[in-house]
Amino acid sequence: MKFLAMMALGLTTVSLACGGGSSHKSSMLPVAASASNIQPIVVNSGPAGNYANGLFTNVTVCVPSTSECQTIDGILVDTGSFGLRLLSSGGGGALTLSLPQQKQSNGTVGECALFVSGYTWGSVNTADVMIAGEQASNVPVQVIDPTFAAVPSACKSAGVPENDSLQTLGANGILGIGPFAADCGGACDQTGSSNPGMYYECAGSSCQIAAEPVAQQVQNPVALFPSDNNGVIIQLPALTASAASLSGSMIFGIGTQSNNSLGKAKVFPVNSSGEFATTFKGQSYPAFVDSGSNALFFLNTNSTGLSTCSNSSGFYCPSSTQNLSAVTSSGSPTQTINFSIANADSLFSNRGDFVFGTLGGPNPGTFDWGLPFFFGRSVFTAIEGRGTPAGTGPFWAY
Amino acid sequence: MPITVKVFLIAALAAACSLPGFAVLGEDVSSVQADRVHSNASMRVTPAQNYTIHELRSATGVLVREYASPSGKIFAVSWQGPTLPDLQQLLGSYFEEFQKAAQSQNRPGGHSPLMIQHPGFVVELGGHMRSFVGRAYLADQMPSEVSNQEIR
Repeated sequence: MKFLAMMALGLTTVSLACGGGSSHKSSMLPVAASASNIQPIVVNSGPAGNYANGLFTNVTVCVPSTSECQTIDGILVDTGSFGLRLLSSGGGGALTLSLPQQKQSNGTVGECALFVSGYTWGSVNTADVMIAGEQASNVPVQVIDPTFAAVPSACKSAGVPENDSLQTLGANGILGIGPFAADCGGACDQTGSSNPGMYYECAGSSCQIAAEPVAQQVQNPVALFPSDNNGVIIQLPALTASAASLSGSMIFGIGTQSNNSLGKAKVFPVNSSGEFATTFKGQSYPAFVDSGSNALFFLNTNSTGLSTCSNSSGFYCPSSTQNLSAVTSSGSPTQTINFSIANADSLFSNRGDFVFGTLGGPNPGTFDWGLPFFFGRSVFTAIEGRGTPAGTGPFWAY
Repeated sequence: MPITVKVFLIAALAAACSLPGFAVLGEDVSSVQADRVHSNASMRVTPAQNYTIHELRSATGVLVREYASPSGKIFAVSWQGPTLPDLQQLLGSYFEEFQKAAQSQNRPGGHSPLMIQHPGFVVELGGHMRSFVGRAYLADQMPSEVSNQEIR
């Protein structure tokens, strides 16, 4: 059974990173630094014990305006999605706290959240969300629960697998802190065929696609913090060799405190899809920065010369480690990124390792700067419409 | 006999085809017109060397390209947009094979691309929340001289 820590926290409580400490098991995160906007993060095998390059943290959720709270460890930190999702105990996750469900006129609100290789299904609930010393109130979150209601056919017809269990998700939840504030945006607030079918009104087990106002959609909690709400920094040390774990920091706010200034980081604005560009071997491709992708996923064997693996499906397996280079850009700012891709079958053969700086794989026509990109960097994610000393988000900076 | 026309657009078709739908992988190109499920899609047709591209934009903003051979068979589809298209409809009889393969490939690390390479049937799906990209093709039904690099 997964670790969980029921806590009776006052709403003004700070230093939550080690809150409820006595009930943490040995995989707990290092003690938080003193600043209230710094949260410890760690790359390790995660709550399912088998995650490669999974970046995790803990989050405390409370029934709004009460001291009924629960701290949940093993939450995936994901700059490639938007909003907090918690796997219910019914799905094998840690969440046991009963959070109030969001209602619309015709029933409770359900959500089918699409990720690339799976969807999460469940209700939309409201929580006060506390991370480090920051607190966001009345945040719409997704409670991933396969028993909430029958999965709608429009959700299944995307064809990707259901990720509603600890085994398929590999985490107790996902903390989506990418460059947008809501997980869908205006499209989900429309009626008729232009609605993409992420949000539903459910009466009993029967759910119909519903228009969901943007402010009621599952929200990036950072955007709802009273301060330090314009973005996030992920800081992880450089990795010299594969390892069992790697610890770092998540710092809230950009240029709001002495510990989160941009310094010499270059700023790369992103488009409405949350993307910028990467040039590889003279050709430009759409690209994004995603701590929730567990490798550098880019192009294919034809364009990279890297063969795919015989055992580890979805990864590259060059016969020897290849040193490569690409240029990230967004208009005039450019930055050359040097990286290496090793043989994934060989990397995975050491059963004690879960952190890999040279893990790569194919990706159709796109550059996904996944977790290995974050090693040895401070990566800034600025939220859409929010001002920073380097201009308004959305942007990446590093 | 390959069509030796260079790539160009028949812009007028976009206006002429008021109710196009999506064709289905492995089926005849006539299903582009017959299928009216996605009745708000707009379409343009691009003859290329060795094949024709039917390009449709769904009501949800997903750009779908369907690649038809000279004999009129859809041998490839690609998509790009803020959500996933209805792959059950696009992949037709291949949907179940895709679903099973995607299921068996599923592993913790849920935000990695889906790359399914079966003999004769390939599906690649990437991107992230609010931006998805992918393609599917029938490797042994591609017109000769067409490279899978052209499917995008």
